[in-house]
Amino acid sequence: MEKLISEFSLGLFFWQSAIFIGLLFLLKKFAWKPILSAVNERESSIKDALEAAKEARAEMESLQSDNQRILKEARAEKEALLKEARNTKAEIIASAKEEAQQEAQKILSQAQAAIQNEKRAAINELKEQVGSIALDIAEKVLKNELEHKDKQMQLVNQLLEDTDLE
Amino acid sequence: MIKKINASFFLFLALFFAANFSQAKETESSGDLKTEIKQYISHHLEDAYDFSLFSYTDQAGEHVYIGIPLPVILWDNGLQIFSSSKLHHGESVAHVGSNYYKLEHGKIYKTDAEGTINYDESNHATNVAPLDFSITKGVVSMLLIAVLMFFLFTNLAKSYTKTGGLPAGVGRLFEPIVLYIRDDIARPNIGEKKYGKYMNFLLTIFFFIWFLNLLGLTPLGVNVTGNIAVTFGLALLTFVITNFTGTKDYWLHIFDPLGGSMKWYAKIPLYIILIPIEVLGIFIKPFSLLIRLYANMQAGHIVLMSLIGLMFIFKSWLGSPLSFGLAFAISIIELLVALLQAYIFTMLSALYFGFAAEEHEHH
Repeated sequence: MEKLISEFSLGLFFWQSAIFIGLLFLLKKFAWKPILSAVNERESSIKDALEAAKEARAEMESLQSDNQRILKEARAEKEALLKEARNTKAEIIASAKEEAQQEAQKILSQAQAAIQNEKRAAINELKEQVGSIALDIAEKVLKNELEHKDKQMQLVNQLLEDTDLE
Repeated sequence: MIKKINASFFLFLALFFAANFSQAKETESSGDLKTEIKQYISHHLEDAYDFSLFSYTDQAGEHVYIGIPLPVILWDNGLQIFSSSKLHHGESVAHVGSNYYKLEHGKIYKTDAEGTINYDESNHATNVAPLDFSITKGVVSMLLIAVLMFFLFTNLAKSYTKTGGLPAGVGRLFEPIVLYIRDDIARPNIGEKKYGKYMNFLLTIFFFIWFLNLLGLTPLGVNVTGNIAVTFGLALLTFVITNFTGTKDYWLHIFDPLGGSMKWYAKIPLYIILIPIEVLGIFIKPFSLLIRLYANMQAGHIVLMSLIGLMFIFKSWLGSPLSFGLAFAISIIELLVALLQAYIFTMLSALYFGFAAEEHEHH
């Protein structure tokens, strides 16, 4: 210990402290500050870049899932549209059929009514004709009656036979 | 590639010392080789007034030193500045103005014209030792490392602006270490909120210690981080920063460690023991830092140099290669220790700063 103290050189201690403190301040200003700030800057830029990449990836993923969702929705919509169309088609066909049937029914009933009318008119006409024929016959019978009785009878019978009433 | 350089580098280191020792052996055949080596090692461990690379004795029997003399700065009733070459490694008296100085056991003493040094009974010099602010070998080494660090890291800082956030050049080698200190030393120990203001100190002290440790392993033979004055200075800064940035909670922890868990009158007898321990802890923590770094680096240098010295003591075909191999292995371990000690110093400083900066949610 005594040797250590006697060996202790005040001058060396003085110069060491002076050199070291001088070096400390010089390096602080000209080296450590710019070095550390440059390194920090670089590190933060790397960090930022990594984060940005991560964000982009997340965004892409969400975009992809969005796409998937939109696709799914579109497909569902298509399905729904098709179904609706099919339904509409069936409805239209059904309603058309019904309408047609109704129309047919109507036409049929109109036709029947017309036939009925025609028939009635025909019967009426026939009736008139039968009347006139009957009158004619009666006239002719009356004329024959006037000639002879037998013949008249014969004629009446024959005429009646010929007349076909419908 | 780096490994190869290291290997050849240490080979060079070993050869360098080998050359020195063999020189010593030849010239002082009468002297004891073991004492010679011992002296050489203890001389190496100390700071020096000149940057000598090696020495030899010429034919005339005079020591010749090859190296660079450094300025000696003394405060002795006014500033005295002269070249260390005047001291002649303690072999003659330096005459500066009207004063005479002599180097004795690594210290400069004021003497008379003949250079007499008086000793007391316990063999201490009683001469006046003036205040010594010399630019020694250690100071030059630190300046060298400071300049190196300044250029290295300002270069790294500039490269960021040039390349837009990417390191370039040599600095690229050190960026991971800077990040390691930030992410694995400062952040976990000090906390996310406050680590920023300690980063300058932690980074500077880590590289300063590491580079000085590495410089100590070069053949230049400097031993800066193994000098108690240097480690004291470094630990003192940790101590000052710890206590000047200490929060209320930090001081509360020292003077009221039990907090509200006990009644005040129950705490009194405990605190008679606890508070002195806690207060002592404030000083022991940085003290352990200074001793750890000093002892590790000092021991490393002693072991390495002793093993190299063993080669010349064995002087056999078996012993010398063996101790060379051992010295080589220790050199590689020392390379690791250089990094490890810098790491430990930084890590523990960060830990102490963490104590100082802590803030509890109040109980």
